[in-house]
Amino acid sequence: MLQMNTRLAMRWIAKPLVFLLCLLPVGWLLAGLAGWPAAELGANPIEKIQDTLGIWGLRFLLTTLAVTPLRELLGWPRLLGFRRMLGLYAFFYVSMHFLFYLLVDQSLDWRLLLEDIAKRPFITVGFSALLLLIPLAVTSTKRAMRRLGRRWQRLHRLVYPAAILACTHFYWQVKADIREPLVYVLVLAVLLGWRLYRYRQRARRGRAEQDARQYQQATDARLPVEPLPE
Amino acid sequence: MRIRPSDITPEPIYRARREFLAGIAGIGVAAALAQPAFGEQVMNVSLIERLQYKRNARYSTTESANSLADITGYNNFYEFGTGKDDPARNAGSLRPRPWSVVVDGECEGKGRYTLEDLLKPHALEERIYRLRCVEAWSMVIPWVGFPLGDLVKRLKPTSRAKFVEFTTLMDPKQMPGQRSHVLDWPYVEGLRMDEAIHPLAILAVGLYGQVLPNQNGAPLRLVVPWKYGFKGIKSIVRIRFTESMPATTWALSAPREYGFYANVNPEVDHPRWSQKRERRIGSGSLLSRQPTAQFNGYAAEVASLYSGMDLARNF
Repeated sequence: MLQMNTRLAMRWIAKPLVFLLCLLPVGWLLAGLAGWPAAELGANPIEKIQDTLGIWGLRFLLTTLAVTPLRELLGWPRLLGFRRMLGLYAFFYVSMHFLFYLLVDQSLDWRLLLEDIAKRPFITVGFSALLLLIPLAVTSTKRAMRRLGRRWQRLHRLVYPAAILACTHFYWQVKADIREPLVYVLVLAVLLGWRLYRYRQRARRGRAEQDARQYQQATDARLPVEPLPE
Repeated sequence: MRIRPSDITPEPIYRARREFLAGIAGIGVAAALAQPAFGEQVMNVSLIERLQYKRNARYSTTESANSLADITGYNNFYEFGTGKDDPARNAGSLRPRPWSVVVDGECEGKGRYTLEDLLKPHALEERIYRLRCVEAWSMVIPWVGFPLGDLVKRLKPTSRAKFVEFTTLMDPKQMPGQRSHVLDWPYVEGLRMDEAIHPLAILAVGLYGQVLPNQNGAPLRLVVPWKYGFKGIKSIVRIRFTESMPATTWALSAPREYGFYANVNPEVDHPRWSQKRERRIGSGSLLSRQPTAQFNGYAAEVASLYSGMDLARNF
């Protein structure tokens, strides 16, 4: 009964709440466009919207990557239930960031757009990050997970290079003040470093278990099996 | 978009306002320049006359100027923070009066000048100039100032003076952004002598008929409309005449991206973005970029300064 209640609470309360919270940045921008003074977009609203969408894309990307470490550190397995939503929000904000750049900033001028993507490294890496996220968004359904089986996890490791490219995009974009992008780079380094650490730990444990098994087998072959004392 | 019609002052109104300011409120401007607090003391009559200004139509664009809110709320002035709205928020700590400027180097007029002494002989003019930032946005700003060339002449550079170097105030107490090493403080900019005496180059002390707001570089700043905005050094405390090319702040910070000349040039891209088009702040258009003109539209006046020079190399 309790189990049932938590599942229902997840589905009907926690998830909708997080869903709405994730929409706040968009709501803020819309309020600014509507002229709400607190959400003032400033003298260069196009730049402001563009930057806001981009930074939230990066924030959601890093939040998604934080789910697994947090779940283990806090011992709170239910966090995993939010990962897909957060990942899809990352994709949503990154796509909006790109579409806004394409439609408004570049006024849908494909020639200039292609030139930008080819010639400007910071745009090249940003665009590559978006491309890497597309297959992940497409295969985010339960059905795709089932169909892809183990390959799903391998495919979704693309989120690591995507996050690295997104951070690089931000870092290369600033003129002189790298303090803010450095914060994101550091957070990403911690999130990826934790994974590396866990991977090594697992590998070591795996090796230790294997060693133990081999030793056991070797001793089993030589010695008669005696029941352990109770 | 967010640009409200009320943000843009209709031309006849701001013209009338400026004529009014020139005639009457100029007194207030003079007082503010002369005294730390408005109207605190008996005003110096010569100051009043000096701060009246005439509009220089010949060197003014007829494009409509940006609103005062845009010009004073969207600034690059890293001494007060690197965000565009930081200067408006943080520049209150700057004390633009009293102010003095040190003149040295290859000239006869060496010395420390009070701002009043420096300005005294110069008649102020209004120049409505385009401003093109290296970040590919632009504005139209009604500056009040005087030709830099007039001051240069007065300071009598020697025959060895080939460049003019300008330095911004260095005082982290007044300029909190200088506490972080985003750039190599103090900010330094420079011009070749022929650029400095070009009639389009001015030293500005005001905009929209008012004394320069702190965030726009009070009390004295350079305006070189055919160059990217970062050449327009703000809150100047030192003018030095040199024989060799000054090492300028942005060129030192990223030599591949910012050169000494920094002439507006749609043909030479910034390594990280195109300079072909620009976003006119406050234009109200959703599809917002317009083509950038060679020398920011001042080619007829200044192109001859650079004849025979490879502008892609000397960017």
